[in-house]
Amino acid sequence: MPGTPNIRGLRGLLAALAVTVLALVAGAGAATAADVPFPMVPKAAAGTQCVEEPGFMRTNHMKLLTHQRDDTVRRGIRTTQHSLQGCIDCHAVNDAAGKAVSHQSSEHFCVACHEYAAVQPDCFQCHTSLPSGQSGGQAAR
Amino acid sequence: MSDDRTNSETTRRDLLKVGAAAVAAGALAPGITLIAPAQARNPAEPASAKQRWGLLIDATKCVEGCTKCVTACNEEMGLPDHDRAATDPQYIRIVTVRDPETSYSKQLPVMCQHCENPPCVDVCPTTASFKRADGIVLVDRHRCIGCRYCMMACPYKARSFAHEVSTDQKPHNPRGKGCVESCTLCAHRVDAGRYPACVEICPTGAMLFGDLNDPDSAISRKVKEVSTATIRGDLGTKPGVRYVGL
Amino acid sequence: MAADKIRIVYRTLDTKASGYWGLLAAFGLLALIGAGAAYTMEHAGHWITGMNNHIVWGTPHVFAVFLIVAASGALNVASVSSVFGRDMYKPLARLSGLLALCLLAGGLAALLLDLGRPDRLLVTMTNINPTSIFSWNVILYSGFFAIVTFYLWTMMDRSVGRFYKPAAMSAFIWRLILTTGTGSIFGFLVVREAYDAAIMAPLFIAMSLAFGKAIFMLVMLAAYTWTNRPLGTVVLTRLQRLTGIMVAATAYFLAIQHITGIYAAEHRAYEAWLLTGGTIYTSLFWLVGVGIGIVVPLVLLLHPQMGGNRVAIVGASIAVLVGGLAHIYVIIIGGQAFPMVLFPGMEVSSAVFDGVVAPYAPSLPEVLLGIGGIGVALLLLTMALGALRFLPESLADAVVAPNHVPTATDTSLEDGTDDASPNAVAAPAE
Repeated sequence: MPGTPNIRGLRGLLAALAVTVLALVAGAGAATAADVPFPMVPKAAAGTQCVEEPGFMRTNHMKLLTHQRDDTVRRGIRTTQHSLQGCIDCHAVNDAAGKAVSHQSSEHFCVACHEYAAVQPDCFQCHTSLPSGQSGGQAAR
Repeated sequence: MSDDRTNSETTRRDLLKVGAAAVAAGALAPGITLIAPAQARNPAEPASAKQRWGLLIDATKCVEGCTKCVTACNEEMGLPDHDRAATDPQYIRIVTVRDPETSYSKQLPVMCQHCENPPCVDVCPTTASFKRADGIVLVDRHRCIGCRYCMMACPYKARSFAHEVSTDQKPHNPRGKGCVESCTLCAHRVDAGRYPACVEICPTGAMLFGDLNDPDSAISRKVKEVSTATIRGDLGTKPGVRYVGL
Repeated sequence: MAADKIRIVYRTLDTKASGYWGLLAAFGLLALIGAGAAYTMEHAGHWITGMNNHIVWGTPHVFAVFLIVAASGALNVASVSSVFGRDMYKPLARLSGLLALCLLAGGLAALLLDLGRPDRLLVTMTNINPTSIFSWNVILYSGFFAIVTFYLWTMMDRSVGRFYKPAAMSAFIWRLILTTGTGSIFGFLVVREAYDAAIMAPLFIAMSLAFGKAIFMLVMLAAYTWTNRPLGTVVLTRLQRLTGIMVAATAYFLAIQHITGIYAAEHRAYEAWLLTGGTIYTSLFWLVGVGIGIVVPLVLLLHPQMGGNRVAIVGASIAVLVGGLAHIYVIIIGGQAFPMVLFPGMEVSSAVFDGVVAPYAPSLPEVLLGIGGIGVALLLLTMALGALRFLPESLADAVVAPNHVPTATDTSLEDGTDDASPNAVAAPAE
């Protein structure tokens, strides 16, 4: 029967998968805080307060941004409380020369965390990743 | 779905807020109201169907060889120049019209005509092309899949496709590869109570911006006074951009 | 009567044969090259292609529309057997349905990989615009996959055999609507001189029948010749004649389209430019589209002495496809190249191609993406033919047309058009 070895192979594969998952779970449980790498999240501009509680922002910033983008683009609502540019202005990270870094750099506020979380935001394919004063400087006609 | 494309809901609270904003603007910045086309809207207020933003372009005042509005637009919107005329983005262009019978010729700027019945909005498969409540036709680049059907349907060739990777965009005009874009009537400026960049720069005052719904606005009084026309009015698109001396 | 009927035995392609793997490898390579081309275009941006702000749909769209249109036509063989009751075509119905699915998949692959943001394809499902023909087509294409798959199921599994007739009828109607939708993408573009015509829809339907049958005959001949399975002359000749009629219908609708255009002052400038302008589009239209795509196949398919001639059938099918590509190229790209009228009666000029024929030259990535679409279609087809029983073991005359006594009239023109004669099964003694 050609089918038999296949089924056996499938069982073996499932067993291996189960072992891997168990090992991962056990490992995660055993790890101490010191073992877990944590992203180097840059500090926001001194003396400023985030628009929402930081813990809330960590889990919900994307919802706020999505909501805001529809409000702004489609309805023309221009509040700045939850605007992407607001985040970027406050959380700009400067390089050694004192110029804000773009999303090309791992130091960038958004990128630092997103690289850690392995989530690729596509905001910066269209939006500038630089604070208001420093963006849009390319040679225009 | 329909209120996505034209949102005209207005609550009493909204009206109160507009009133408050008007008072605040008048009290805080009296100078601005003299030149502003309208009160800057309270940022929390959505665009409203009470307005119908329009442009009146006096072709007789458009000076031969002048391209200041094009340059100002490219600068304002952060449009790159790759020196490739066929693929570089263009929100506004100068078109020279010549009568073959008489050889009379003149130039005039053509941009998105912000139609009341925009063909681009009709054909868009994702509702990315939409008409804001105040008549401004926009591309929601969060939804655009880059199919370019709107460019096929636009009678004015007003739209561009972002053919290249974008970097260093203006914060008020996010733009990126693979999406369609066009004149926004400087919605970001209009919402703040300012004029579109092309109108502001025009050295001869050939472009008049304002609210066509407001009978007392300068543009409404002017279109009542002089003969104006729209481009390809026969198509029934009802543009918000009108011309004198077509 | 029932005893006269010979049971049709279906068999998969021999998947152990080296030829089969050779085909898989070749078509797989084409698909891979297409994917590479799409990646190149999407990575760099569309500026590396010939497309621009004036010719917004280019060569990928020519291939995509061609394949999508052909897909609908390829289903016609199945429809003729089930909806119109021609039993002779019944053994071919499975291949017909399968080919339709594969061609549509290949066409859509080329179309979707050309989008500016193919990653956002799902948005077409989450934000449907009821006024957009593209939105309708999203539904029409998905529905086509579902309905034809079910139709195939009813053909291949007796347990759902009772749904065979309704499935066949739905597939037939659905595909007419689908091609109407594809034609209307252009027909509804009122501002373009080249389009703006309701005749686009029937023209596309006629083209679909011609292209689909041409591809079907090529696939059938290849499959039966390469696997040494018997293929009789009767059914082949019928298909040949029927394809000839469809090419003639295409010619008819094209003629009406352009004569109407010449008659209407509004479209006269475009017609003059296309038909006599001396551009690449003029040559493509007359030499390739009309010459190779219509005149040559009309002779090879309908000439009395060509009946059943396999060389003539292969030549005619290739000519139909080459000419068809040229026609679609002229419709899509020529239609955009012609300057749009901004100010009727006036001459316009600008720094960005107002009042002049828009520039376009197909680029390598575009062509490769289009060919990749063909690769996807053929790869899927070959895989499916190896996996499931789509192909009858024999299409010999004695099997598919047991009551058909070959006579001299077989190769006559009437034979092709006279599909209505129920002689395949119901005329026992001639």
